[in-house]
Formats: sequence, C-alpha cells, structure tokens
Amino acid sequence: MTEAYLDIRDLSVALQHSGDRLLRRVSLAVRPGEVHALVGESGAGKSMIARAVFGILPKAVTILEGQVTIEGADLNGMSEAARRLFIGKRAAFIPQDPLTALNPSKRIADQISDRLIHILGMPKAKAHERAAALLEEVKIADPERVMRLYPHELSGGMRQRVLIAAAFAGEPRLIVADEPTTALDVTVQRQILALIAGMQARHGTALLFITHNLGVVAKLCQTASVLYAGKVVEQTSVRRLFADPRHAYTRALMAATPRYDRPEESLKPASPELMGELAREVAETDALWAKERAHG
Amino acid sequence: MADALFKVEDLHLSLPDLARKPLFGTAPRITILKGLSFTVPEGAITGIVGESGSGKTSLGRTLIRLLTPDAGRIIFAGRDIAGLDDEALRPLRRDLQIIFQDPFSSLNPRKTVGAIIASPLLLHKVATAGGEARDLALEALTQVGLPASFAARYPHELSGGQRQRVGIARAVALKPRFILADEIVSGLDVSSQAQILALLMELRARMNFTMAFISHDLSVVRRLCDRVIVMRKGEIVEDADTVTLFDKPQHAYTRLLRDSIPLPEVSDGWLQDA
Repeated sequence: MTEAYLDIRDLSVALQHSGDRLLRRVSLAVRPGEVHALVGESGAGKSMIARAVFGILPKAVTILEGQVTIEGADLNGMSEAARRLFIGKRAAFIPQDPLTALNPSKRIADQISDRLIHILGMPKAKAHERAAALLEEVKIADPERVMRLYPHELSGGMRQRVLIAAAFAGEPRLIVADEPTTALDVTVQRQILALIAGMQARHGTALLFITHNLGVVAKLCQTASVLYAGKVVEQTSVRRLFADPRHAYTRALMAATPRYDRPEESLKPASPELMGELAREVAETDALWAKERAHG
Repeated sequence: MADALFKVEDLHLSLPDLARKPLFGTAPRITILKGLSFTVPEGAITGIVGESGSGKTSLGRTLIRLLTPDAGRIIFAGRDIAGLDDEALRPLRRDLQIIFQDPFSSLNPRKTVGAIIASPLLLHKVATAGGEARDLALEALTQVGLPASFAARYPHELSGGQRQRVGIARAVALKPRFILADEIVSGLDVSSQAQILALLMELRARMNFTMAFISHDLSVVRRLCDRVIVMRKGEIVEDADTVTLFDKPQHAYTRLLRDSIPLPEVSDGWLQDA
C-alpha cells in the first residue's frame, strides 16, 4: 500500500473558552490517487477538519492533541509564512460556494494565473497560457473569451469549473473539496463530479471530498470516514460501507437518505433512542478523556 | 379523481428584470411562465420540480397570488383569482398559506414561537381573543411534534428542523385549504429532512389539506407526492402521477433529471455516462 499523502492522527480540537470538543481524536489518511469521503451532517466537524488541514483553524479553537502531516511534514511546527508556501505548493481547496470564493473584481484569467505566478513563480505569459489550457481541461468552450469575463457573468456550474481549474493549476498532490456540488442543480452536479473524477484520476491527486450526500460518496469515492459529533464512527472502503455498514449511525444515515428507486425503504427518521445513545457515547468518551488528562 | 382545488389555464407571468434596469425608466420584463395549464387536485400533494430558473417558485407564488399573472386564469375553489386585487384577496389569504425554504429568515426573530403562530390566527379572526389564539397555537405546536414549552422560545434558540416545524405549525394552525411548501427541506440535513417529511405525511393523513410541494430533489418528491409536474424554462415538460412519472417518464428531460440523482449504491459506470 502506498504511503499516505495527507495523514491526520488523533486530532482533537476544542473551543478555547468553553473547552467543548469539536473534533474527537480524528485519524484519517488519504493516499495519492485516492478519493476519500468525509461524510457527516452539519455540525459534525467536516469543515473543521478541512481547516485543520490548511492550518487555518478559527482563533477561538485550539488543538488539544494530535497532528496533521502532509508529505510527512508536521504543519503545526511551521511558521505562518513557511506553512503558506509549503501548503500552497502541495494542496488546494475547492469550496462549496463558487461565487464567494472567486474575487468579484478580477477577471477569470487572473483568478487562475495569480497562484501560478505568486506561489509557483511562473512567468506571466506562461501562466496565462497554462490558465487557458486548464479551462480547456475543465471543458469550458472558448477559454480565451471566458478568461476575459468576471465571475458574475458565469453560471454556477461554470464558476465551479473555473474553481476546479484553479485548484488543479499548481499541480497540487492534495485537494480538499468541501461540498463542491451541493449548490448545483443535479444535472450540473453530475457533470462536475465526472469532471472532478477525471481530473483527479489523470493527475493522480489525493482527494479529500467532504459531503453530506451518500449518493455522491457511492459514485465518486473509494474510501470513507463517517463523522458524527467530531468523531469518526466508521472508516472503511466505500464498497464495504454500502455493502455492510457497521455503525448504527451510518445505518441511520442510509435509512434517512431519500431514494427514488426504493421510496418505501427510504426517508426513515432515526429513532430518538438511537440519537440518545449516540449522545451518551460521545459524553462518555469525553468524560474518559477528561479523566485521562487530569491524571496525565 | 378528486375534484380540482385549482384549475389553471394558460398562465403567463413576466417580471421586471432588475439586472437590466436602466438608471431612469422601467426595467425590461423577463418572461417567467409561458402559458401553463394544469389542475391541483383537492386533498393531494402535487410536486412541482425543476432546476434553478425553471419557474417553479414563481409558479407557486402566482398560485397563491403573491404575484400577479399577465394573463390566464387561476380558478381556486370555483372562482377566478388571477385578477383580484389585494382587497379582494384578503378574505382568501387564510386558505392560501405558504411555508418557506429558509425558516430562519421567515420567522420574526423578535417574536416568540407562540406569538409567531398566534398572530395570523388573530389577523384572520380564526381566534378572537389572545387566550384563544394561544390555545390554538399550543395545539398547533403539539401537532408538529414540539413541546408546548417551545411557545416561549425565540427562533434563534431552535435548530433548523425545529424552526421548520414552527413554519409548518404557523401554516396548519389556520386550517387552510391549500399550503404551498417551497423547498422546505432543502436546507436540512438528511435526518431532519426525513423527520419533516414524515411529519407532513402524518399531518396530511390527519388534516386532509391540499399541498403543492416545490422541490429540486426528485427523490424526495417520489416518497411524498401523489403527482408531479416537471418544469423547465417556464414550461411544463411532464405532468403525471408519481409512480408513472418515475417508472415510465415520457419526456427525455424527466429521465435526465431522474438519472442525474446519485443513488447511494456503488456502481462504476455512473460518472462515465455523464
């Protein structure tokens, strides 16, 4: 088995003032060429993990334990400037909302070429050429025309294509995508997922794909971590996850997911007993760790 | 087939295109609905689905006359309401209720849940005294599965699913003949989504209202709706009962919408076919 490119080990983070834990000993690894799904509902801590990967946790949040390593290097020990450069050359991010992620006052060409010029030190003319090639790769017809446009002149699907192009621009070996298709229409979502899958496979990128949509997990990803209340409750291959879900929460999530092919078996709300049990499980581990810390 | 609560004929709607409005003068109009005809059967849940820009939300708002159509007829309970002015619509408002997509922006943050549910009751004179309105509000809260103590809370103290229950309680408390639900589960996690849909099905069985359920998500519609209207670019592409629509879609666009939904099961070819 190839070595992990992104390796998160026992990562716990908490709110500074209250001590409330947001991530609970999260461990996950993404290997080159692998698409790893990070699945969970809102508040589970999915985006917090993404922020930890890029070293941009909110100020009110502290790391209690654990580390994030990329290419074997621990990010925590680095200075702000060193980390930016290190990450900028190796990893990129695809956000959920392409409109807020793009600078409204910059032409598409500059949005892509800026990172090539500033982080990779590419000459301007070459960066422009590369940007056009990337737009072609994300199947934008007439890239030269699109490069002169501003973000508001593009549709949601087009903007997401631009962001994908920008993400792959620096040939990063790791991409973190945070719900990149959630705001899109289903027909566009399918095209964008196909595009991401194709680009990822061609470039051999390690892709951490954050989503709440189990359908997207099944179609795009090879391995998955199911997150509940900041804790990985199940981590396995996607094939096994769907063939034989082990954790009660995973099964509840699957039962609640709507399916047009099996309407009667879908959209089943989780029982209050299960939700109570999950909350108890979390409280118990927290109490145990608090004890450990007090003694250790 | 049940009687039609709505009978819509050749409905046209255009709205001012504010993005292209000149500094002085009127904005050019943009055509939203292009001559729609359909019926909404009484006691059923009719799904209205389509992608963004299809006109589904505008259609819903025209049905309950938050928007005024350019032409066409909207026969509601035997009476054409397409051209009625605000004054004439007022007595009908109680029977034309809406539940919004975003329960946070549609609930007044300065009012308690109890007051939010009670005020339309007083406005429409369903209740005549504050005490009566409060009792009805509490009853509505129980019906949507919230404890009576929630009446004293404010919207920001509630989760997304709980807020959406308040939105439903506000609508059903009036016992309207028609409820428009506009993307009411789109912002929710799958587990709250499943709970809200279960609640709607339960309420429908108990209260027998007529509903139009607007959604971009065909898989949700499959479980909830009796019949589905598929829209695209201001036109009706297909209008059929739910089982037929899913099992034997007549229009290529309906098939495309259905097949674009990623089912939660592993299959290798799905992305390659896109």
